[in-house]
Amino acid sequence: MTESADAVGSGLHVRGLVKKYGVFTAVDGIDLDVPEGSFFALLGPSGCGKTTTLRMVAGLEEPTSGAIYIGGDDVSRRRAYQRPVNTVFQNYALFPHLSIFENVAFGLRRRRESNIDKRVMEMLELVELAHLAQRKPTQLSGGQQQRVAVVRALVNRPQVLLLDEPLGALDLKLRRQMQLELKRIQMDVGITFIHVTHDQEEAMTMADTIAVMNQGHVEQLGEPAQLYENPVSVFVANFLGQSNLLRGTASGSESGWITASTPAGALRIPKERSSASGSDVLVGVRPEKLHVHESADAGAVVPGSHNSVTGRIVDASFIGVSTQYLVDIAGGQQLTVFSQNTGTSLLRPGTDVVLHWDAAHTFALDGAEDVRSGLDDSEAE
Amino acid sequence: MSIAAALPSAGGHSARPAGGPSGRGKLTPYFLLLPAGLALLVFYVLPTITLATTSLQTGSLEKGYTLTWHWPTYGEVLTQYWPQFARSFGYAAGATILALIIAYPLAYTIAFKAGRWRSIMLTLVIAPFFTSFLIRTLAWRQILADEGPVVSFMKSTGLMHVTDWIGMTQGRILATGTAVVIGLAYNFLPFMTLPLYNSLERMDRGLLKASEDLYANSWTTFWKVTWPLSLPGVVGGTLLTFIPAAGDYVNQRFLGTIDNTMAGNAIDSLFLQQRQYPQAAALSLVLMVAIIVLVSVYVKRSGTEELV
Repeated sequence: MTESADAVGSGLHVRGLVKKYGVFTAVDGIDLDVPEGSFFALLGPSGCGKTTTLRMVAGLEEPTSGAIYIGGDDVSRRRAYQRPVNTVFQNYALFPHLSIFENVAFGLRRRRESNIDKRVMEMLELVELAHLAQRKPTQLSGGQQQRVAVVRALVNRPQVLLLDEPLGALDLKLRRQMQLELKRIQMDVGITFIHVTHDQEEAMTMADTIAVMNQGHVEQLGEPAQLYENPVSVFVANFLGQSNLLRGTASGSESGWITASTPAGALRIPKERSSASGSDVLVGVRPEKLHVHESADAGAVVPGSHNSVTGRIVDASFIGVSTQYLVDIAGGQQLTVFSQNTGTSLLRPGTDVVLHWDAAHTFALDGAEDVRSGLDDSEAE
Repeated sequence: MSIAAALPSAGGHSARPAGGPSGRGKLTPYFLLLPAGLALLVFYVLPTITLATTSLQTGSLEKGYTLTWHWPTYGEVLTQYWPQFARSFGYAAGATILALIIAYPLAYTIAFKAGRWRSIMLTLVIAPFFTSFLIRTLAWRQILADEGPVVSFMKSTGLMHVTDWIGMTQGRILATGTAVVIGLAYNFLPFMTLPLYNSLERMDRGLLKASEDLYANSWTTFWKVTWPLSLPGVVGGTLLTFIPAAGDYVNQRFLGTIDNTMAGNAIDSLFLQQRQYPQAAALSLVLMVAIIVLVSVYVKRSGTEELV
């Protein structure tokens, strides 16, 4: 609402979008900027408002307030059929009474486009379904229906393609395959894709940019690697992969580094990787960044640039490519370690160990946050 | 391929129920069909055979009837009663169309817009059944009476001139074919509404969203998505209305006159007043066959076998 259409440019831009259902606020004032031609993911647990956001962009839900710009025009008050967007629905929503061909041709016929036969067959060939053009949707497998749903939307050459958890109904193997195929199609056609998902791996595999959503607002927005390496909230740290979080107090800072004292000792954090506002911090590090050594021979190995803590292994599970250790450290906290299987012998529970990691891999979050936010078992649903 | 079975499992792999290949499992369906099969035999097959035999008998009430394979009876009843047949199918068709026009918006509203009023509205649809069929039909005599509100309104607005001119009324409504059609449409309305509601209600709402997303406005969405997907309900509702309406004689008796009797009235009169059993039986069979033929052609033409 605050910016004019000229200021936002091409692509998709969302400003202060709000959706309320009675007293419940599903989407609480979000801003998004999606450059033209990018693959953008809205990631979050169920009920976080990601699907509602997508539906408002599609025009299938009316925003309570806010603006949606597509290619410079505010479309937020237009009906769905007047917007240059198309949606791939969660359950595909293929018309059961129409053939695959007619399903794909549906949008083109409504707009009285020319060359419908050729365009539909081209799209069906893109997903290798041309030979099934005369079948009915129910005669196709789940994966095939999924691909029909994608080309039914794409054939209209929308400015933005919206994908509402399109892979949710597929089994794992097919899902991986479709992720790659969708990514390939997106690169082929160069259309902006907005992909809604609750699967963080799916989002990270496919998207150029991810907006992590929680309780109606965007927690963090960025490239997958950036979100993973430097989460700015406990929710993101826990929802995207796993994190070890230690309570501490920022006690000093010098030349780009913060020092935090924790019950397990002093830890150093790069200043630019801290999003804490006060002196109470949560010091975080990803489990795979940790190196684990038996206390007996540790002294020689820990480099000076590393943070280190001591502890005792309480659990070790061998997964094959890696071993997962649970380590009790001073102050009653527990750290998870993913140790890659590089041939060293398995450490037994009860072993005293030294854990260390490159201090540059450490991040710090605001100590006032709930450390369990974003964990599966703390979700409402 | 049935829509009902296909929609909920759109993405899933439809698992075939594992039918036991054992002999006992194979017989189960027949055991389950036994009561209905017996009822069909006793109350439909046997009476039809009796009816067919009766239609080929000659004789009189006093001397008794004997089976003489007298086929000309069929020719006689057809020559004598073809106007009744024509009116039966004409009135039934009119009533079916009228009921469809009234029931479709009603069923649509209940299925899509009623919200928490849905069950109350459904109850109201079948509420007339709590009153006797005869009472309800008699009530229409009051409504359509010459001094009644409908006629007064139509006369005062001049509408009656228009309907008189197109032949729907004759200065009055009661005793005309129009009155019979109104009565039939009213009495069979729930049979039209419920199948329509059922097919609209189970429609995937996502399809309407998808249609809107694919540039169809509400009007186009209705004709390209909602209407075709409701065809099983339309076919079901029209059959449930047309078949009983074509055989009905109560509405004609109360709302029509001796000049516009239907096949049902003729059968009623032949069986119960004139006691001409062979003619009555022949007429019944002709009506039955005619309905079956019409319905088969209709179902075939509507091309919804795979949807139902």
